[in-house]
Amino acid sequence: MPKFTFAGGVHPHEGKDLSKDKPIKELKAGKIMVYPLSQHIGAPAKPLVSKGDRVLRGQKIAEAGGFVSAPIFSSVSGFVKAVEPRRVVTGDMIDSIVIENDEMDIEVNYQPLVDWNMASREEILKAVQDAGIVGMGGAGFPTHVKLAPKDPDAITYVIANCAECEPYLTSDYRRMLEEPDKLIGGLKIVLRLFENAHGIIAIEDNKPDCIALLKKMTRDDRRITVKGLHTKYPQGAERMLINATTGRKINSTMLPADVGCVVDNTDTLVSIYNAVVEGKPSMERIVTVSGDAVKNPQNFKVPIGMSYREILDAVGGFTVQPEKIICGGPMMGFAMFGLDVPSTKTSTALLGFIRDEVAHSETSACIKCGRCVEVCPGRIMPNRLADCADRFDSETFVALGGMECCECGSCSYICPAKRPLTQSIKSLRKIELANRRKK
Amino acid sequence: MAEEIKAEVKAEVKSDAKAEAKTEVKSADKPEVKKPEVKKPEAAAKKNDKPEMSIPYQVSSNPHVRAKSSTGSIMLMVIISLLPAAGFGIYNFGIKALLIIAVSIASAVGTEALCCLIMKKKQTVSDLSAIVTGLLLALNLPVTIKWWMAALGAAFAILVVKMLFGGIGQNFMNPALAGRCFLLISFPLQMTNFVTDAYTGATPLAALKSGEAVNITDMILGKTSGTIGETSVICLLIGACFLLITGIIDLKVPASYIVSFAVFVLIFGGHGWDPAYLAAQLSGGGLMLGAFFMATDYATRPITKWGQIVYGIFLGVLTGIFRIFGPSAEGVSYAIIIGNLIVPLIEKATAPVPFGFTKASFKEYKKGGKK
Repeated sequence: MPKFTFAGGVHPHEGKDLSKDKPIKELKAGKIMVYPLSQHIGAPAKPLVSKGDRVLRGQKIAEAGGFVSAPIFSSVSGFVKAVEPRRVVTGDMIDSIVIENDEMDIEVNYQPLVDWNMASREEILKAVQDAGIVGMGGAGFPTHVKLAPKDPDAITYVIANCAECEPYLTSDYRRMLEEPDKLIGGLKIVLRLFENAHGIIAIEDNKPDCIALLKKMTRDDRRITVKGLHTKYPQGAERMLINATTGRKINSTMLPADVGCVVDNTDTLVSIYNAVVEGKPSMERIVTVSGDAVKNPQNFKVPIGMSYREILDAVGGFTVQPEKIICGGPMMGFAMFGLDVPSTKTSTALLGFIRDEVAHSETSACIKCGRCVEVCPGRIMPNRLADCADRFDSETFVALGGMECCECGSCSYICPAKRPLTQSIKSLRKIELANRRKK
Repeated sequence: MAEEIKAEVKAEVKSDAKAEAKTEVKSADKPEVKKPEVKKPEAAAKKNDKPEMSIPYQVSSNPHVRAKSSTGSIMLMVIISLLPAAGFGIYNFGIKALLIIAVSIASAVGTEALCCLIMKKKQTVSDLSAIVTGLLLALNLPVTIKWWMAALGAAFAILVVKMLFGGIGQNFMNPALAGRCFLLISFPLQMTNFVTDAYTGATPLAALKSGEAVNITDMILGKTSGTIGETSVICLLIGACFLLITGIIDLKVPASYIVSFAVFVLIFGGHGWDPAYLAAQLSGGGLMLGAFFMATDYATRPITKWGQIVYGIFLGVLTGIFRIFGPSAEGVSYAIIIGNLIVPLIEKATAPVPFGFTKASFKEYKKGGKK
């Protein structure tokens, strides 16, 4: 029985008011655009251009490096300046294509599907694959892989993940308000792929206007329901969302398709719509620029590849020098080293905070209050797991279900002793995953 | 280090095609190269005309926000919740009660400070947990006790039960109750002397055991003899409500404890369905103080949901056995410290099954994972 929420979870300060009423503004691309070849989960893309080449807006500049991979497109017209390793948000150096914008905005001829209502499954899937669409909520899993489960007829729910449970983020919210037709269109296209599926648009109830609007727009559609969910982090985590909307449960060894579900994020569905109906590849996304250090919080439609510094300049910079800047939400985003890194397909936000709570809170001994166990949506024991992780005790870690951690950060958030539980668990989990891959 | 960064900068600049960018980066970066804390991305950055470039940002793993409550704030809440009971104790037993409370707290805090100093550990007094231990111990002592006994009990609680086992969170049993039981065994006469100017009779629970009638209204208000903090059910419940509302504790342990104790008394109490007897059993002795303030102690109760319920039931049954079949009318303290000892076992037996698994499928999964 669906209960509109999941067990556990936390209620961090929302902070969405800062940018929630700011309409999406289109940003003009900067002079130098950088496109890392690895913007998704899976094999890096292979460059199709080399130094000196002329490229157009919408041109494919790198092709998928395998089935689980995605091509990359230029979001400007100009010349390829270099193909070289560049620093990205996480601090890694990743091979990237650097393009100098000639500011002429010459576009390629987009070739949409003639009529997606008549198109075959294969044609739609190919359009999605060729447009380089990946999960735009943050994980970056290639969408065409998700949309091609072994048995498409077994899929009974397509869930539009419009929960946007991360604090401060309002990009999905604005998208829903401003382009609801595209979101619904995207969902309808996905529903075309799954004959037996019902569409669910899942929205947290802190966005009542979106719920009302989308309910009104889908009133006559018998294949789509809009569901208001309790506002709680991490409502938008795939496993939790499936549980909240359908009552079904999956663990880390399963895929949503195993319980007949396909989950796609708001921006991803809009990209699917753009790809299929307009023939446009994935080359822009909505980015929220917010936080108490930001002069004028905004939501932008950003050409992918633009540097964070240019995005920040568009809001007028910082009012005060922030202690921390974050790419993504405050719960799962990356703390950034600097602003001179490119935005990618999975960049949901740029946040600047005057005070970094983490740096100012001192870690003390665990008092076994059990709050982490209470809030863990994965129903595991973060305090015990973090202990195992600190001792590098992989065996106990796995036996206690440590691999089930979804790294949502709820345990670290709630811990009164301010212990970095998520970080400890995450590191041993990564080591264990790497070891497994070796075998 | 400085050279490394210089090399890094050079490499970056080389790869940059523009000659003008080259000079720009070099001149802007030179003074910064000396500082070892400059992060590489800043040093390698292209447009270096912005002043904030040289200021490194805080970089840490997610999440980047933290809830407000801290160990100290939780302990403060517990102290506040105990104030009604402590205040009533002072009103009921006079200024001597205040002295016992003060001495016990001072001894607990002093012992912890000294331990940290001698063990060369970080000072942990500021987390207020020693105050909680001292206060709880005092509330569990009769007002007639010698002040140095209170001090000794508090020192034992902190030194032996808490600090020697690793400090806060590592104690294997509730320190305050361990201190009380230590005193109870060492000084049995003083610890069971409840005769004061105001009260000359036995405690209500002792009276109940010897078959005398008790006044339930007085027991609920707290106008009876007993330890400093245990007498007033009303004051204890006010404090408990405060803890429940603020989310410091939840009802799992206290409710399962009290309910299972009540059921035990109904079955084995020998009074059958006698509401007056049951009410006296529930409001007498240290049951309310124990169930809401000591059985719920974080470090010594299970952290799993079902574990807490099992633990509560265990305490209820144990308290029932001690009170009804034992020589003493009391039983809460011993029940809780014995319960504390089996907490690791309860936790192990009631470990939650991760999300998306059934008990059987998780067993299967674990086998696969160990390969």
